[in-house]
Formats: sequence, C-alpha cells, structure tokens
Amino acid sequence: MKPLRLLLIASLILMPTLCRAADDGYGYPIPGSYAATIMGTPDALKAKPPADIHVKQLVLDIFPDRAKPPIFFYDEGLRCSFAYQKQKSPLVFLIAGTGSSNRAPKLVAMMEELYKAGYHVITLPSPTHPNFIVSASLGSVPGDLPEDARDLYRAMEAAWNKVRGDIDVSDFSLAGYSLGGTQAAFVAKLDEDRKVFNFRKVLMVNPAVSLYTSVGRIEGLLAPIPGGPKKVGVFFNKMLNKFTEFYNEGNYIGFNDEFLYSVYQSQLLSQEEAGGLIALAFRINSAGMIFVSDVMTNGGYIVPKNRVLAATDPLDDYFQVGVHLSFYDYFNEYFYPYFEKKRPGLTKEALIESESLKSIEGYLKSSPKFGAITNENDFILAPGELDYLRTLFGDRTKVYPRGGHLGNLEFRDNMDYMVDFIGHFKK
Amino acid sequence: MTVITIRVYPVLLALCLALTLAGCATTSVKLPPEVPALHSVNEFSDDEYIARIDDPWEGFNRSIYKFNYNFDKYLFLPVVSGYEFLTPTFVQTGVSNFFNNIGEIRTLYNSLFQAKGEKSLTTLGRFVTNSTIGIAGLFDPATSFGMKRQNEDFGQTLGVWGAGAGPYVVLPILGPNTVRSTAGFAVDSGIRYGIVAAIDPFPNYEHIELAKTGVTTLEAVDVRHQQKFRYYESGYPFEYYMVRFLYHEKRELETLK
Repeated sequence: MKPLRLLLIASLILMPTLCRAADDGYGYPIPGSYAATIMGTPDALKAKPPADIHVKQLVLDIFPDRAKPPIFFYDEGLRCSFAYQKQKSPLVFLIAGTGSSNRAPKLVAMMEELYKAGYHVITLPSPTHPNFIVSASLGSVPGDLPEDARDLYRAMEAAWNKVRGDIDVSDFSLAGYSLGGTQAAFVAKLDEDRKVFNFRKVLMVNPAVSLYTSVGRIEGLLAPIPGGPKKVGVFFNKMLNKFTEFYNEGNYIGFNDEFLYSVYQSQLLSQEEAGGLIALAFRINSAGMIFVSDVMTNGGYIVPKNRVLAATDPLDDYFQVGVHLSFYDYFNEYFYPYFEKKRPGLTKEALIESESLKSIEGYLKSSPKFGAITNENDFILAPGELDYLRTLFGDRTKVYPRGGHLGNLEFRDNMDYMVDFIGHFKK
Repeated sequence: MTVITIRVYPVLLALCLALTLAGCATTSVKLPPEVPALHSVNEFSDDEYIARIDDPWEGFNRSIYKFNYNFDKYLFLPVVSGYEFLTPTFVQTGVSNFFNNIGEIRTLYNSLFQAKGEKSLTTLGRFVTNSTIGIAGLFDPATSFGMKRQNEDFGQTLGVWGAGAGPYVVLPILGPNTVRSTAGFAVDSGIRYGIVAAIDPFPNYEHIELAKTGVTTLEAVDVRHQQKFRYYESGYPFEYYMVRFLYHEKRELETLK
C-alpha cells in the first residue's frame, strides 16, 4: 500500500510542474480551485504533527440556567480543546470555520503547529456549529457578526477562567479560518473595549469579506447542476452512483486518500459537479445549523412551533427540508425577520452591510495587529474582494497562487507563514 | 467480542430493552398548541430524498443508538481509557494485531465461500506470515510485504449469495447493522465457537472459564479501542442518518467487491 501511495503522491506533485512552464516557487500541487478545496493537502506535504502534545478537552457551562431541549440531551456544554505548555508561553485562541467543531481537522492542524512553536492553544467551535448554538449562543441565531463576536468573547473568557490557574500566559493572540477568520476581526474589535485579552496578533485565514456575498457564491455553485438547486436530491444520488461505479471498477480497499486521488486523476467529476458537491456539503451542514437554531428559538421555521421533540424522535423530514432550503430562503424568511424584530427599522440592506468587514474597516485599517492569508482562486471571494483585503492590511495580506478555499491550509509553507506571523519567541 | 455474545448478549439485550422502555414513560406537560412550520417536507416531493435508507424500526433503532451512547459513556469508554492509560502503545498495537490476525480466519473461509481466489490467497498469506514471522500475530509484517488486509464476513457472503440486506438495525453495543449482517454475525460467532471448542486452546486448565472470559473482555476492549467513532460526538443533529447512510454504503460496496 505504501509504495503505491507514494507513487500517487509523487505523480500528483510532479504533475503541475510538468503542466506549468512557469514555476512560481509555491509547492502546493493542486491547481483547480474546487479540486483543492475538496482534496485539501496530501499527507506527505502536511506539516509534521508534534511527537507529544498535552491536550485537554474543556466542557464549559456558559449559561448554567439554560434548559436544553430534550433532543439535545447529549450536549453537556461548550466543547473546547486546550493544548498547554508547562512553561510561561503566549496563548492563541482559534475559531473554526462554518459548521465545524473544536476538533475539526484543520483547526487541530493549526493547534498542533502552534503548539510545536511553543504556544498554549484553545480551540473553539464555530458559532454556527450545533454545540455552540445550543450551549454558548445567547440568541441561538448564528451569522450576525457583532452578536457572534459577543458570544465568542464570552466563551473565550469562560475558557480562560477555567484554565488560568493552571498555566502561565505571557500574552494573547487570535486566529480563525473561513467564517472564523471574519469573526476573529469582530472579536478583536470587541476586545478593544473590553480589554480582557489585548490581542497582540490577529490572523484571518481564507476569511470572507462579506458573509452575504460569500455564502451567495457558494450557493451559486448549485445553479449549474441538472434541474438547478431544487434538484439537490437527484444530484446527490447521481454523484453517489458515479462514485460507486468508479469504486467497483478499480481495486480499492476503502474510501481513503488513494481512492480520492484516483477520482481526481481520472477527472471523474466535471468542474460543475465538483462545485456542486462543495455547495451540497455546505447545504447538508447548514441543514443542521438551521434545525438546531429553529429548535432553540422555537421559531416554527422547519419544526412546528411548540413541538417538543423527544430524544429519539425521527428527524429525517427536517433534514430533507433543511437541505432543500437555499441560503436566500434562510436569510429572507428566518435570519432577517429575527433581527428585524430585535432592532425595529432594520432594513435588509443594512443587515447585509453589517455582516461584512467593511462595517469595521476604519478599525481594521488602523490596527497593525491584523494579517490575512488567502488564495488567488478562493471562490468565496467576489471580484475585487482580494484587492480589498490588500487595501485593508497592505503587505500583511499573504496571497498564494492556488489552494481554493482552505485547500492549502495544512500545507507546510502556509503553516510556517502562520507561525511566522503570530511570532516566534524564546522558550 | 464474538464469544461473549453467545452467553452474555441475551442478558445485555434484556437489560437495555428494559432501560429503553423505561425511558418511554414520559409525563405529558400542558403545552400551547402546535403551529405548522413554515416549510414542510411535502413541498419538496418532486425531488429525490438524500441519504434515505430503509429503516422501518427507526424508533427502536434510535433508542438503541441512545442506549449505546450511555453504555459507552458509563462503562465501555472508561474501561477502554483505563486500558489505554495503563498499557504502553506497543502493547495495544500488539493486542490489536493479535485479534485482527485471528479475524483473518473469518475472512478466509468467507472468501472461500464466495469463491474469491485472490482474496483467499492474500488472507491465507497474511495469516501464515503474521502467525509465524509476526510471532503469533502480535506483529503485522504481512502489510509491509504488500499483502493488504481484506475484510469478509458471513453477512457479505449472504449478500454475494443473493440475500437482500434487509432493514437497517442498530444492535445494542455492536451498533449499526442490517438484518443480513446480524444473521451473518450470528453464523460467524457460531463457527468461531465451534473452532475454539475443537481446538481447545486451554486444555487441562482448571480456570478455563475465567481465562476465556478474560480473553473475551480484552477482545471487546480492543475492538472499541480500534473504533474511533463516538456516539453524538459530531453534534450534528442528523448524525443518526449520516451514520446509517455511511454504514449502508460501506456494506454495499464491500458486498460488491
């Protein structure tokens, strides 16, 4: 198995150098935006995990008086991971991307890399992750950047209070990827008032500039599938058959890297299909978010209002509804009405504008603590938004030539840059 | 895991059924009347369902799913963590290799039942290599020689012979299955019981029952140690359906191979 795998990876690494006459000196091998997003970084090109790491799982009771609905009986509090050094060190908080938990592989990779560099690290789930919505979100409707920032800040304070007696901390930094990157900017802004952490550095990895624009662009990837976005079920089953057939024709042992690379090399998927799969994965993810939020607020959006779901009640119908709702349905029918009720007179346009880095750009431009990493071909950015990031952060904006959305996050060079930016220090 | 099931399993089954049923007696509180949701599943009836698998016993299955979570939480996982804490990693690997090597026998006869020549040879090669050079299966040199571990069981054999998978069923402790894989599991357990009885690995040993129980317990702990899945850990509210779907797909693909 090993030699075959090495051969596959070798051919994958060689391929772009063969295809590309001009070598740009960047070793991440996958040129396509969607392909990179789906495949991520080949194991051989990832940074090495630390030989030994001290990690504890924290379970935080953020709202002790909150009565959790019986359907979420398994949720015992906000789950954060805490990697700690024995000696005095700086601490980095990490925020996960949309729908991801505190133990999402990309977040863990960042944690391990920073741990190797001598940092304490605390990872937080995304405010869009069910665990966060149930246990740490005050309003339980995620996606509003100022509110998410307040929820995150409260969670960070709770985590810090839990561990501060056990470790020695010299200063604090903050980083996040995707939505978590955008949220990091708003958390940093809040910290300028609250001053609990006084973040030294804030790094945003593949952030969205405007949530409405970026989620709209992901949603747009479903437009080219046969029958359009209303036929995600047909699309899902078609893709499934395609994979099954391909699997049967080859000599594969399981759904592992080897299989994935073969899929990639055989060009089994068209560009439209690869994009559609990314959007479908996003829909499946947000179906969970919508359901959990709806239950928590008793919003009557996809679960009948006043229905109390028991721990073992069937939920499949809610799942099917959730995956069929577009982001625009959610925004117009659930998200906007919720905030309009809270802030009378709020227009849709004003709400959309507030969910963007542009709403705090004066602050972002004025502070030297920020940095951003992204890619030329990150499809969540609209035309012009890459340049916008450059105008915000100047030469603290690192743009790689490829990697799609987060595909190259775990690549060695990217990890080195992250540590360089947050800083080296003497142990 | 296999031998335990024959004697202890009915007891556990009864126990968890009792616990499950006890959970049904909920008191009804007066609530405001329900209001239909803005969106319901009927709106999308012109599209196909996503990841929907035949599951007529869903209510029961979900109860067992929850039972397994509690069983893990209060008994199984603490024992597994204790084992992981007390034993060095190389011992854990050795134990896993040892039981996996015994499992090759199951793969071997099922590959033969399905007339899969290459799989049978690879498995036989693995078993002989690991039992000898690998010192009674404690090491796995066969994999580094390029012999990949195969996996066959009687459930898959039944599938190859043409039996339908039947509905999905979540078994206490053992987790996701189908009716066919459950039947296959019972047959494999029976065959294994027969082999153990015939070989009689502890002849003339007075504490034979104790020794067998010890080995069985260690095997159960090792199985859970090798299995990284944790019930409800994803936090995703539709985890049950994802697990059901992935299990179904995995079995389908395995049976086709």
